Parts: sequence; C-alpha cells; structure tokens
Amino acid sequence: MAVEAGRSSSPSTFFEEVIANTPGGEALRLCLQCGTCGGSCPSGDDMDHTPRQIFAMVQANMKDRVLRSNTPWYCVSCYYCVERCPQEIPITDLMYTLKRMAIAEGLYADSDAPDWSQTFIGMVEQFGRSYELGLATRYHLTHHPLGKIGLGSFALDMLRRDRLALTPSPIKSIGQLRTILNKAKELEGAR
Amino acid sequence: MRYAYYPGCSLERSAASYHVSAMAVADKLGLVFQELEDWNCCGATEYFAINKLAAYSLVARNLALVPKDLSELAAPCSACYVNLKKTNKHMVKYPRLAEQINQALMAGGLGYNPGRVQVRHLLDIIVNDVGYETIEQSVVKPLRGLRVAPYYGCLIVRPGNGFDNAEYPMSMDRLLRALGAEVVDYPLKAQCCGGHMTQISDKVAYELIRRLLQNAAEYHADLIACTCPMCQLNLDAYQGNVNRHFGTDYRIPILYFTQLMALAFGLSAKEAGLGSEIVSAQPALAKIDVDMPKQEEEKKAKPRASKEALPMPAMPDEEA
Repeated sequence: MAVEAGRSSSPSTFFEEVIANTPGGEALRLCLQCGTCGGSCPSGDDMDHTPRQIFAMVQANMKDRVLRSNTPWYCVSCYYCVERCPQEIPITDLMYTLKRMAIAEGLYADSDAPDWSQTFIGMVEQFGRSYELGLATRYHLTHHPLGKIGLGSFALDMLRRDRLALTPSPIKSIGQLRTILNKAKELEGAR
Repeated sequence: MRYAYYPGCSLERSAASYHVSAMAVADKLGLVFQELEDWNCCGATEYFAINKLAAYSLVARNLALVPKDLSELAAPCSACYVNLKKTNKHMVKYPRLAEQINQALMAGGLGYNPGRVQVRHLLDIIVNDVGYETIEQSVVKPLRGLRVAPYYGCLIVRPGNGFDNAEYPMSMDRLLRALGAEVVDYPLKAQCCGGHMTQISDKVAYELIRRLLQNAAEYHADLIACTCPMCQLNLDAYQGNVNRHFGTDYRIPILYFTQLMALAFGLSAKEAGLGSEIVSAQPALAKIDVDMPKQEEEKKAKPRASKEALPMPAMPDEEA
C-alpha cells in the first residue's frame, strides 16, 4: 500500500503534518520505539534527542521541542537507520521534513546548518551547479570566520592541487531550470 | 556497452581525478559514457532540507535529459547516485508526487516517465557489466604488495541500492583483488565519512573521519580506496585538520578505485589522475613502482611551509 502525501485534507496535528509532508511517511505510525535507528546513527551521540526519542515526541505532537532540537540537523543522511528499521520507516526523509518545518517555523536557534543548506542551494539556483569556492567563502565569512582558521590551509591545499574552481560555470539552460524550480515551489506552496 | 553519464559537480574540479581515471578505465574496457547535455547539480544533501518538490524536480530534470536511445544512467558520485535513484524510485512509488514533479518539469518543456531510466553506480557497472574476469585479463601491472582498505561509504549501498550488501559490501574488495592488490579487512567500510558535517560541526565530522583513518591504520593499509568524491574530500583534505585536532599523525592517501584500476591497466600516473591528492600517495605507490607526476617530487624536495603560517603569496602555478 503506497500511501502518499496528498492535498486532500489539511493535516490536523503536527504528527499528521510530518507524515503528510514525507513520501512514505505513513510508516511512522508503525514505529515500535525499538531504538535501532539511534543505535545505528553515526552522529547519535551529538544529537539533543536520539531519532527514537524524536519520533516519540513527534507522535506526542511536541512540535516546538522537536523543531528546536538539533537532531534533524545532525543527521548525515547515511541511511543506516533506514536500512535497519524493522518497520521500513523512511527516517532520513522524515529528518528532511523536520528540517524544512524547522526553517519554516524559524525555531532552530543555531543557524549554521540551515544556512549551509540555504547557501548551497542559492548557488545551485544561481548557476545550476555547485561552485565550491563561492559557496565556502560566502558561508564561512559570515559564520564564525575566526573559528575557521584551519580552513585557510584547507583552501590553500585545494587551490594548490587545482581542486577549487575560481569562477562559476553556469549551465546553459539556467533559465529553464529556474522556471522548473519556481513551478515546483509554487506547487509545493499550494499544497 | 553504452551509458548516459552524469558526472556531478565534484567531478568537474575537486574530484577531477575521479573523472579522468574513470574515463581512462572506461576506454580500456570498451565502455562508452555519453555525458548528459547541460546537466545540473543533484542538490546533494541540502535541497531536500529546503524544498521537497523543488529538490525532486532538480534531480528529475537530469533524468529527463537522458537521451531516448539510452536506458541506463551512470553516476560515479555516490551522493548524486542516491539522489537520482531515490527520485526515480519515488516517482514510481508515489504517482501523485510524480505528477507534481512532471508538472514542474513541463513548465520547462521537459517530462520524465517514472522508471524509464535505470540509475547505476559506476562501480556496479564495472563489476557487474564488465565483470571481474575481464578486469583481471586487462591487468598488465598487478598491484602486488599494495595493501588497500576498501572504503565504500554510505550512499553507494544504502538505502537498499541493491547491487551489493548494504552493511558489508564486497564488490570493490573483489575488484581490487582482481587488480592484484592485497585487500585488508576493513570493518568500517560502509560507515559514514561525515558528509557535510565538516561544514556544520567540525568536531563531529573529525571524529567520524578519525575512526575511518584509525581503522585503516590498524590493518596496516597503505592507502584507502574510495567510491565517492565526498568521502575522498573528507578523508583526504581534512586529514591534516583531524591530525591537528586529535594530535595524531595519519598519512593515509585516499585514491579512487578507478585510479588503482588505471595503474593496474598500465596507464600512466597522469592518466590515472594522480597528483591532486592532498595526502601524497607517493610513498604508498612506490611499492608498485609508479612514476608520480613531476609536481609531487618537486614538492617533496621543498620544505613545506608550516600549516599554521599565514598564506604567503605562493602561486598555485609555481608548482604546476
């Protein structure tokens, strides 16, 4: 049974909203609270809440606390939990959903991770491809530049080996790509 | 054998050595890779955190660009691979999502029939379409005595990508053995390199990278072979930062599996794309008598400026 996010009825609770915004999210209803996800997570130790706890909190509609948690942002998208989940819950995609909701609600206090995603996507929307030097400078000059001194040698090493492009190379059909993305955003907003 | 080819952004510059060596190897094996015309970024692990439908549509544009006469799309980057594969799979599984993605694509005059294209990782194509026997027969310079830790990372095998075991893959082990290398056991072979965490919380990232380096060191690997530009970047370019952070002294070169194939096939170091790794592969490759590109040797002779020093105006060209 492939139940999917539909526009039919607007979700009534936070739990329903999370499910509705995630392809395959229905499986979250089947969570056993077994903790296999957290046990498989490479960055679990550094999360405010383990994935298991986060899902219990989602079920309990603790929207505010869930969206303030660093948990979704510390997900490295390695899919270990998805591979092992006995209920086949699309955990990584649920984490993406929580990230989107946290941005929309402006609840996550530490802006580094959301800003990194936004900066990256800004480059993609501008050029159609990622442009590492522009991305790195734009992000790091505005995010604790003094703490990033080690990165200077990183950038130098990369430049020396000719591994950083100094100028962006936009795709030819950037106009077409923007039209597609704008349409997608419009449809997403209309849901 | 002919495939559509999606290089991805990294292979244009930061992982150019992967592209160069992959093309050289493909040529030897009679594989034809036709690069997608005007492809765009796959969104990495970032776009899905911003806008779901735009993220899928960004990926789907690439699927829509696959020429009608080709049905398989090869991706060398594991992050691109997982995004392309996931979008394809979700479009088949969730018709309503597919309909919306196609509405967006149509605004740009494109369309994609869910599931039309099969998305394949380069490693999958090499071990399954070419096969270990053919590879073994192409070896003219076996990597004898070279101890290699096979590092797969996450996204080449998960979530359930199908061509190898999701937790303890073996295809690259067998491939490297066919090249004559001594493949060491590498228990962390499918663990995470930290992905984008180097940008978000460097301490978290450094610990994940340290584990992988330590595990390879424990098994006395001369080098780590990888299948993904993100893994290569994290393990190679951040190895110095990891050493500074933990007071360790790892010097483990990180090469792409295609670079080792190129060497075993008797291609030159240049054709194998060697010389752009941050941690020099020279000491390791001396074991199999590889003539490294000039710049690496000159670099050796010159005292290296302190990592902590201010960036002096040493022109990149000076060493080229």
